[in-house]
Amino acid sequence: MSAGQRIRYYQVGTNAVGNRLLDPEERTVQARTDRSNAITSGHRACRGCGEALGARYVLDAAMRASEGKLVAANATGCLEVFSTPFPESSWQLPWIHSVFGNAPAVASGIAAAQRAKGREDVRVIGQGGDGGTVDIGFGCLSGMFERNDDVLYVCYDNEAYMNTGVQRSGATPPAARTANTKPIGDHPGNQFGQGKDVPRIAMAHGIPYVATGTVAEPHDLERKVETAMGMRGARYLHVFVPCPLGWGSASQDTIKLARLVKETGLFPVFEAVDGEVTEVSKIRRRTPVEEYLKPQRRYAHLFGEHGHPEIVERLQAMADRNIEEYGL
Amino acid sequence: MSANKPYAITLDVGSSLANHTGSWRDERAVYVDRLPPCNDACPAGENVQAWLYEAEEGGEGYERAWRKLVEENPFPAVMGRVCYHPCEGACNRGQLDEAVGIHAVERFLGDEAIRQGWSLERAAEPSGKRVLIVGAGPSGLSAAYHLTRLGHAVTIHEAGPMAGGMMHFGIPRYRLPREVLDAEVRRILDLGVELVLGRKVENVVEEMEAGGFDAAFLAVGAHIGRRAYVPAGEAERILDAVTLLEDLEEGERPQLGRRVAVYGGGNTAMDVARTARRLGVRDAVVVYRRTRERMPAHDFEVAEAEEEGVLMRWLSTIKHFEDGRLVLEKMELDEDGFPQPTGETEELEADSLVLALGQEADLSLLEGVEGIEVEDGVVKVGPDMMTGHAGVFAGGDMVPAERTVTVGVGHGKQAARNIDGWLRGTPYEHPPRPELASFDMLNTWYYSDAPREHQPELEAARRTTGFEEVVGGLAPDNALFEARRCLSCGNCFSCDNCYGVCPDNAVIKLGAPGERYEIDYDYCKGCGICVEECPCGAIEMIPEKA
Repeated sequence: MSAGQRIRYYQVGTNAVGNRLLDPEERTVQARTDRSNAITSGHRACRGCGEALGARYVLDAAMRASEGKLVAANATGCLEVFSTPFPESSWQLPWIHSVFGNAPAVASGIAAAQRAKGREDVRVIGQGGDGGTVDIGFGCLSGMFERNDDVLYVCYDNEAYMNTGVQRSGATPPAARTANTKPIGDHPGNQFGQGKDVPRIAMAHGIPYVATGTVAEPHDLERKVETAMGMRGARYLHVFVPCPLGWGSASQDTIKLARLVKETGLFPVFEAVDGEVTEVSKIRRRTPVEEYLKPQRRYAHLFGEHGHPEIVERLQAMADRNIEEYGL
Repeated sequence: MSANKPYAITLDVGSSLANHTGSWRDERAVYVDRLPPCNDACPAGENVQAWLYEAEEGGEGYERAWRKLVEENPFPAVMGRVCYHPCEGACNRGQLDEAVGIHAVERFLGDEAIRQGWSLERAAEPSGKRVLIVGAGPSGLSAAYHLTRLGHAVTIHEAGPMAGGMMHFGIPRYRLPREVLDAEVRRILDLGVELVLGRKVENVVEEMEAGGFDAAFLAVGAHIGRRAYVPAGEAERILDAVTLLEDLEEGERPQLGRRVAVYGGGNTAMDVARTARRLGVRDAVVVYRRTRERMPAHDFEVAEAEEEGVLMRWLSTIKHFEDGRLVLEKMELDEDGFPQPTGETEELEADSLVLALGQEADLSLLEGVEGIEVEDGVVKVGPDMMTGHAGVFAGGDMVPAERTVTVGVGHGKQAARNIDGWLRGTPYEHPPRPELASFDMLNTWYYSDAPREHQPELEAARRTTGFEEVVGGLAPDNALFEARRCLSCGNCFSCDNCYGVCPDNAVIKLGAPGERYEIDYDYCKGCGICVEECPCGAIEMIPEKA
């Protein structure tokens, strides 16, 4: 290592939210005292909610990129319910909720209206949980992609319908227990071989930009929001947001789980331009899937005396396949 | 219902800020400053983490770092060279990759201070009290420094011809160049400390009365070489290690011959053998009764000695010395690790024999002084460093403790604070020690991977031809890199993680780096993410009162 490289060592580098040793421009938006706090205090999300955090990361970065000229259309779901019990609102940006399935269509409409008014400066975000995106809003989302509407759509994926009591969605991973996967087969977890990989489906539409991220990597996530906001047309961002209530995890482990899902390879973090993967976020310390699964009660049936090591092996095989396929 | 409101809207739009979610909480996050293991391990009580924090910024941060450092220890350049750095043994980073090279950064700061001519801060208010210090070694000078800064007038009586004590006589110049030592000693004297050289104190109480001193701190060290009876012919040359090193320091060149045997296994034995090699001795052989593993000398000293061609005879004692021949008896270790004679002997040719079997303190200045207790050749002191005689304090090698420069410097500081308390009639109370910041309190994920920077070393061939310094200093870039390897255990270093990761915006950032954060308990739900994601373990969860 040369002396020139040595001096570029900054203790926590860009792993932490901020870093006093870095130039302020190299710190995250979340490190700034003037961040917009697009979703502010007093919301009724559970203790340790990953979705509330993910939404603030994404929207604060988008607010900064659009110089505060941003409108958000929200699908039904936790994010909507916990933020807007009438007459209180946590939103500090123009925000609209219509129904469960039409957030992408509402966003498309707002974008069309801005175009009609000649307001290129006003940018539009559609957002929802995995239920509103992967299942219920999917038709509208696909239409938004297909028309290449000028919207950044963000899915905050916590892998089930949490607001209604943790029911399985098309984003629930195999083997995870939900309120309505209990009776299936000889173990209570979700089936293998089902569900949808929406980032890949989005890529198949050939839209300009698709990316995934987690709440454990604010630098990476903000960079992707900024990239997306610098482009026009339909863009899709899929953010992994742990749910302590639905997953049976400790409230303080939200970020740890988001970190582990990437480090195990179970959730590939990447970005794709025009349908092609252009960059992947490499695993820093490769971790066996057990370390990610064990702190979550939704996987408790896989461990212990009556555990299912063969299912853990299948999950490990999924992770290994991702690592190989994406070059993680 | 107001006529201005749209259809079906009956209430004003309100902010969720009205909803104080803090009421959900059963545990709360609280910022803490824990005790970093380096600070905990430092015999001189340095606040290592705090000065590394300043040094991490480089540039002007170096002077702030140095000022922080000298609040506790006025000898950074000396310390960075001669301290055996227990801080690094305790460093949490050692469990991650390698301990932070604290001594190397300390030395860099010390050298930078000498280069830049930074001076020490003077006292605020003169107290009108006078303190006598006996002995100008590390302990005495440290006490003089701290007492002066506390406002007392200090006079040092030193029996020898120069200040520095064992830093001069016990540590060879290839480990501590004299210009470095002299610069740091001079800086203390420049504060207005009066130094009287060549003045041996015969009786401390009489000296105090004669000089009108209000208190005394004794730090005469341990300069008398311990003798062992070795039957020897009249012509054989037997020297004592401390005398040899002292003579050399005063400019004499001892006659050792071409083959020297050094008897003992401590650091002094290594110093003498390595010094002998530098004086042109062909064979320097250390004779020690036990094995290398059981040697009291530090590993690096033994390794460096071996690199310089010093030879070792393990498991050997000296039976007698006659006609230029040492008769050694082979030993073997018993079950308890004690050496036992085997009856088997061998011979070793030697022109001289140096005894390095430990040192004793000359306590004659305390003879007849009331209340003094001596045990195993050292003076008993209380936790306040005071001897049994009121107003007479003692420290360094003449009291029961590990005999290192750093311990001596720590005693000097400790004694100074207690003397100050005693003189002012308000006994010094050590601030409560915070909880130790252990490795399991850290979230090491956040720290970038970084192996340690290594200091350059002089090649062995150049070491045996002179007294040039063996271990070099870090270049500025490397020193900055090394400082930044600090994990800042238990103390906030402004990474903004807590501020960023709170799902409830319940962490308030108070301003620029260093100004820290506050929890907004109106909204903190007590999820604990900030605690979990704090890299350095500076937040803890405590239960709410029921």
